[in-house]
Amino acid sequence: MTLTYNQKIMDEIREEHKKWQKKLDEIFRVTRERLERFSTVSDKEIKNLYTPEDVAGEDFGNDLGFPGEYPFTRGVQPSMYRGRLWTMRMFAGLGSAKDTNKRFHHLVKEGQTGLSTAFDMPTLMGYDTDSPRARGECGKCGVAIDTLVDMEDLFEGLPIDRITTSMTINPPAPVIWGMYIAVAENRGIDRKIIGGTIQNDMLKEFIAQKTFMCPPKPSLRLITDTVEFGTKEVPRWNTISISGYHIREAGSTAVQELAFTLADGIAYTQAAMERGLNVDDFAPRFSFFFNSHLDFFEEIAKFRAARRMWAKIMRERFNAKDQRSWWLRFHTQTAGCSLTAQQPYNNIVRTALQALAAVMGGTQSLHTNSLDEVLAIPTEEAATIALRTQQIIAEESGVANTIDPLGGSYFVEALTNQMEEEAFAIIQKIDDMGGMLAAIEKSFPQREIADSAYHYQKQIDDNQKTVVGVNKYVTEERLPVDILEIDDTLEKMQIEKLHRVKNARDNKKVRESLEKLGEACAGNRNVMNFIIDAVKTHATLQEVCDVFRETFGEYRDPGIY
Amino acid sequence: MVKERKLRVMVAKPGLDGHDRGARIIARAFRDAGFEVVYTGLHQTPESIVQAAIQEDVDMLGMSSLAGAHMYLFPEVVRLLRAKGVEDIVVCGGGIIPDEDIPRLKEAGIAEIFTPGSKLDEIVKWVREHVKPRVA
Repeated sequence: MTLTYNQKIMDEIREEHKKWQKKLDEIFRVTRERLERFSTVSDKEIKNLYTPEDVAGEDFGNDLGFPGEYPFTRGVQPSMYRGRLWTMRMFAGLGSAKDTNKRFHHLVKEGQTGLSTAFDMPTLMGYDTDSPRARGECGKCGVAIDTLVDMEDLFEGLPIDRITTSMTINPPAPVIWGMYIAVAENRGIDRKIIGGTIQNDMLKEFIAQKTFMCPPKPSLRLITDTVEFGTKEVPRWNTISISGYHIREAGSTAVQELAFTLADGIAYTQAAMERGLNVDDFAPRFSFFFNSHLDFFEEIAKFRAARRMWAKIMRERFNAKDQRSWWLRFHTQTAGCSLTAQQPYNNIVRTALQALAAVMGGTQSLHTNSLDEVLAIPTEEAATIALRTQQIIAEESGVANTIDPLGGSYFVEALTNQMEEEAFAIIQKIDDMGGMLAAIEKSFPQREIADSAYHYQKQIDDNQKTVVGVNKYVTEERLPVDILEIDDTLEKMQIEKLHRVKNARDNKKVRESLEKLGEACAGNRNVMNFIIDAVKTHATLQEVCDVFRETFGEYRDPGIY
Repeated sequence: MVKERKLRVMVAKPGLDGHDRGARIIARAFRDAGFEVVYTGLHQTPESIVQAAIQEDVDMLGMSSLAGAHMYLFPEVVRLLRAKGVEDIVVCGGGIIPDEDIPRLKEAGIAEIFTPGSKLDEIVKWVREHVKPRVA
């Protein structure tokens, strides 16, 4: 079932195309083309016109299929947005647990359908607020969590048996997840009922986002523990959100984002299978997280290629039989790195275009950045505009009326094929190195990304790529934007709160629970139940993480540039 | 005529913030400009940065922060340098720094702040104009 026409018609098209190109050459002999070279934001060269010739080999059944059918190029569910819109999931976290809880209540009231938590740097790195390494960082870029009490305050009054919660946490993911399970259980909610996502993707941390604690190998072991535990005990939880977002933010191209993310997914799948788990028992709970950058069609093609590639990987490489294992379900965030401090209101427009690409690419959930995110944590007003952007796309623009509206576009299909081919070539390279863990140890992805980031910055500096308000259409005028400031007294209050909790707890129980956890780490028992027991005694985040550090050692940034 | 020695610059990432895209791009730009570059890598404490800057005998120290802790970390590095009697290492900063913080940082001894959108060649030019090899 070919996508295009029979041989005779194709021959005619080829002839007509040649004639048209000649005509065009005539025109550009007199005037000139607007640019010397037309390329995407990832510097992929784009032709002036795409025709049936560009998708000549494409087969409707094998390459596209219907939504909800292998290889899922057009979407993972048959109904897509005709059934239910994507989840509008705005990432929030600021100051204390109580401050963030207030923001959560506001977002839920404004129509948001899922929570997403940002943690502050000490929490992300597994330090308590009173650690010397945490000075000046408390609550600055997310919420501070030291103990179970903070977690209880964070979700106070929110129906966590009905609402799903996404938590952007990596090295201490098992601990934060353990605290969430403890909050639920202390409220009488069964762990089997709760739903949500922990990011828990350490490979991309070594590659791009750079919050790390233990070396890659033991990090992968802890992740595999969470996958095993989730599969058996928390079946509605997405145990890893395999993330390309940060890889892209670190400066990769769209194809590198695609390739490195799926290669990470391959590594997690292999690790879980080596643990003895059946692929169809855990793979359906893997979810993905991509960036939606500026180049509209390149992004849409990336999302479509990602779905098709993952389906092939799961089915052909890992012999997964369950359709749900083949699904690449993904969350999208618009590109923070594309926002400009200059003329910040333009960021609303950039975000809207990126959100539109994510929707046309078939995302399952979406965070839209606020216009002020390049300056500070969003104010409530800016976050509301960002949420409204999604609501306008969903309910006014009409793009959600039909599924995969760009399917069949010569350009988008050709670009989808091309990106798949290039990304599979990179994955092959990583396989040849011995897999992603080995590639990371060789700094392969880190170097590739650094090269791309530098190349892009050079293009901007040389005016080969336009950034409105930065290297073109520059104005001296500075529009005032309200900035949310996090009060420095917060750090003091948080430390006092931490000390109150520590003074009130039974230290003997804390010590015993941590010792048991240490034994589980040193042996090969799954750590999750030991963590849940420890946090219930009010062992702090850092106390639990210190057990990991002591057992597995600490990872240090190799400082490559 | 004695050829002036190359400028030695250190690019540092203080604090727990992992956003190193800018720092690494700047490090490359400095290298391409012919400077000798030392990049500390991530997650440095003010103490470790100061120690490294003195040990490496740098002429300039550039710090990058994108997660909001600059108001503590940048002045703390300057304070520790001064406490060790180092007055002539030029200290700069960059990253997500709100405008209203800049005067306070300059008062604390940060010579210049480069915010998002700064061009690489402008930063390099600034360094050439304001940083001279220290007298040993």
